[in-house]
Amino acid sequence: MLKYSLRRLASAIPTLFLLITVAFFLIRIAPGGPFDSERALPPEIEANLAAKYHLDEPLVFQYARYLWQIARLDFGPSFHYRDWTVNDLILQGAPVSFTLGILALAIALVVGVLVGAWAALRQNRPGDYAVMSFAMIGISIPNFVMAPLLILLFAITLGWLPAGGWEYTPSRTVLPVVTLALPMIAYIARITRGSMIEVLHSSYIRTVRAKGMPEKEVILRHALKPALLPVISYLGPAAAAIMTGSVVVERIFTIPGIGTYFVQGALNRDYTLVMGVVILYGMLIILFNFLVDLLYAWLDPRIHYDDGEAEA
Amino acid sequence: MKRGALSLLLATLLAACGAPAPDEDAPRPPRLPVPMEVAFDDDGRPLPEVLADEQVLYRGNGEEPQTLDPHLGEGVPTANILRDLFEGLTTTAPDGRIVPGAAIHWDISRDGLTYTFFLDPDGRWSNGEPVTAHDFVWSWRRVVDPTTGAAYGRMLAPVVNAEAIFSGELSPEELGVTALSDTSFQVQLDDPTPYFLGLLTHPTTYPVFRPALEEHGSMHVRPGNLVSNGAYRLTDWQVRSRIVLERNEHFRDADNVIIERVVFYPFEDENTEFNRFRAGDLHWTYQVPSAQFSWLKSNMDEALKISPWFGTYFFSFNLTREPFEDSLALRQALNLAVDREIITERVTRFGEMPTFNLVPPGLPDYEPYEPEHAAWTQAEREDEARRLYRQAGYSESQPLTVELRYNTSENHRKIAVAIAAMWKQTLGVRTRLINEEFRVFLQNRAQRRVTQAFRAGWIGDYMDAFTFLELFHSGHGRNDAGYSNPRFDRLLERIASERIPAKRRNLMVEAERMLLDDQVVLPVFYYMIRRLIDPRLQGWDENIMDYHLTRHMYLVKSQAEEVHDGESEE
Repeated sequence: MLKYSLRRLASAIPTLFLLITVAFFLIRIAPGGPFDSERALPPEIEANLAAKYHLDEPLVFQYARYLWQIARLDFGPSFHYRDWTVNDLILQGAPVSFTLGILALAIALVVGVLVGAWAALRQNRPGDYAVMSFAMIGISIPNFVMAPLLILLFAITLGWLPAGGWEYTPSRTVLPVVTLALPMIAYIARITRGSMIEVLHSSYIRTVRAKGMPEKEVILRHALKPALLPVISYLGPAAAAIMTGSVVVERIFTIPGIGTYFVQGALNRDYTLVMGVVILYGMLIILFNFLVDLLYAWLDPRIHYDDGEAEA
Repeated sequence: MKRGALSLLLATLLAACGAPAPDEDAPRPPRLPVPMEVAFDDDGRPLPEVLADEQVLYRGNGEEPQTLDPHLGEGVPTANILRDLFEGLTTTAPDGRIVPGAAIHWDISRDGLTYTFFLDPDGRWSNGEPVTAHDFVWSWRRVVDPTTGAAYGRMLAPVVNAEAIFSGELSPEELGVTALSDTSFQVQLDDPTPYFLGLLTHPTTYPVFRPALEEHGSMHVRPGNLVSNGAYRLTDWQVRSRIVLERNEHFRDADNVIIERVVFYPFEDENTEFNRFRAGDLHWTYQVPSAQFSWLKSNMDEALKISPWFGTYFFSFNLTREPFEDSLALRQALNLAVDREIITERVTRFGEMPTFNLVPPGLPDYEPYEPEHAAWTQAEREDEARRLYRQAGYSESQPLTVELRYNTSENHRKIAVAIAAMWKQTLGVRTRLINEEFRVFLQNRAQRRVTQAFRAGWIGDYMDAFTFLELFHSGHGRNDAGYSNPRFDRLLERIASERIPAKRRNLMVEAERMLLDDQVVLPVFYYMIRRLIDPRLQGWDENIMDYHLTRHMYLVKSQAEEVHDGESEE
């Protein structure tokens, strides 16, 4: 296991390197630059700014400089938010996005699995249909519709919750977390239901039932664990995505997370900021996929990494 | 059977979710508070008994500021905050009049080239240190120093040697500013600049505190480090969350500052800001959602404030390329074929004023030239447009095909669609609409290689017609039309050096006339300032520059509070 883990982490380095390279050159290809504005800068000042941020050097030099910088974990100054470095911005934004993401993920996982399993046990009965219809709605209502509806109802009409803004308090967190969690609950419920039904029809479940094991134990001990495998594979990338923030939710609830930096950074041609969030996102994806694989081994006794791969 | 019930359920659910459309049917908001009648004391200050107990102002403020360094800052949201934090030699009254700021009075030499400012001896930085003429000298040198990268450094261009320092020919020490004493600051100008006092309200001309810069470098604007000389000081800054200012007790006029704390909230989305206002979280919004006019008018009329802004929405032509190079008649035809009133009444809908001029009204000393066709009926304009279109060599069988470019935005799209339809209907022009992301759009406009007709807009930087006219100097960086008329350039240079106000005004009118007659621009309407303001917030006034200093404002009790005898609402 340790050997496998080390190998996986080592293989992350070329992946990240490729990601950085592609992202670095792609954002530079986009027309327009970070200091373009409707008020044209005098050419001398533009030249000075370019020199200050090394934008006047050949692209390859800039690239090498950048690699050297990130090797020291310095993402450089933000070109747009001039008073802050990319490290500052990410360190301020990431905890917010992580908090929201983890809460939404936890809620989605608990509710989604419960609902999905419950529906699977009532396959093709009214309860199943009702729950799965809700799930379908959850998936199909986009969060830019859901969020304003929640605000309208809970903040403006009822006045129970604030309409937006960010503090680490339950009242400010609940609406964005719910908005983020709803579609995930729906996905997880559908995946759980499907895989649960499949497991319940498998021969080993028939065997344990035939042996007379109580139904409760059949479900909890033997059916649920393998049924979770597809949920786990969905969770890997989903966790990375949700923890890097949602542009829509951040905009509508005015939350200072890092999701907006993807879009805002690209629109402002804030090269360093875009790179910073892309790298963070890449690292999270790699990390979560790795965790998912480890969880697989734990959930499914048939999976052994080191033995299998050593033989190959 | 089951299926039927299911789809019924689905349909009801979907209907239930879709019902509260954000427009007319939305539930009425909690009623806006009705403010108490304000009484004033002999000095014109509101009496303490009408003032709300909590003087905390919540201001929506557009996008997150790029920086709070007054010399590097750009954009309206940044300037709004900087005007509260800092103070220039002059400042503005609520109605926009230029009044003494850090300087209590000044002398202007007879030739208009030497300004001597006498600083308020009570002027203090937020750390209690006195604000001196040396601070201004050092700060202005920093602005013109090309290594500073001041976005608005050109604001100081009228000062002696500024241009040469920008381009690196002279050192910043050569700038025409001197500290005659601790409290008198002298400025030498190259040309008499009648709007110079107005420039001094701009953040680029504000002083910065040298020791803080020397100690903290680029971190000098962080809360705790920033030292400012205005009515407020910076106490908290959470990026994209809030910027909090507290009253600066050392401010020279601190006794008259009533609002204790201002919280600026950045908003990336106008609907979000609108929701926050409706929920009672804001006293002041940066803008209002464009699509909500009728709802706002019928539900929040007391809070909806619309007033003219010093800006013009226009289109322009790339004069360096086909089809608009040497095609005066064609440009005029396109100009006349646009029915401005339809656009302002059906599309923009916030009472924008349709126009054929470039320079907005509201300047105290500018009587704009009115083009002949402005007085015609739209039918007459369209007849003339058709005649000119044929004269330019186009017809139904040989229509003009043109690209109309705008930056991606719902409003710009609607206006461009309307204009394309008008061109089509009146002249048979085939328009291809192209929308581009803002930076791509700016670059294409500036390069003048692919553009034909394009959207533009300009909000004046200072209260003078020159801020609009100078854009079309052949050497100006934002002359995206590529207008190059030596007579016009000469006119601008004469305006810059003219000392007699009446003559200068006539030259400016003449310059605008030349631009309009040459059909360089297709003006559509003047911008309007549109925002929601809590009726309890008072002390502000409308002004075309849209400058609103928090230090003039105060919150009064609502009538409900008075009935409850001081019982707090919260």
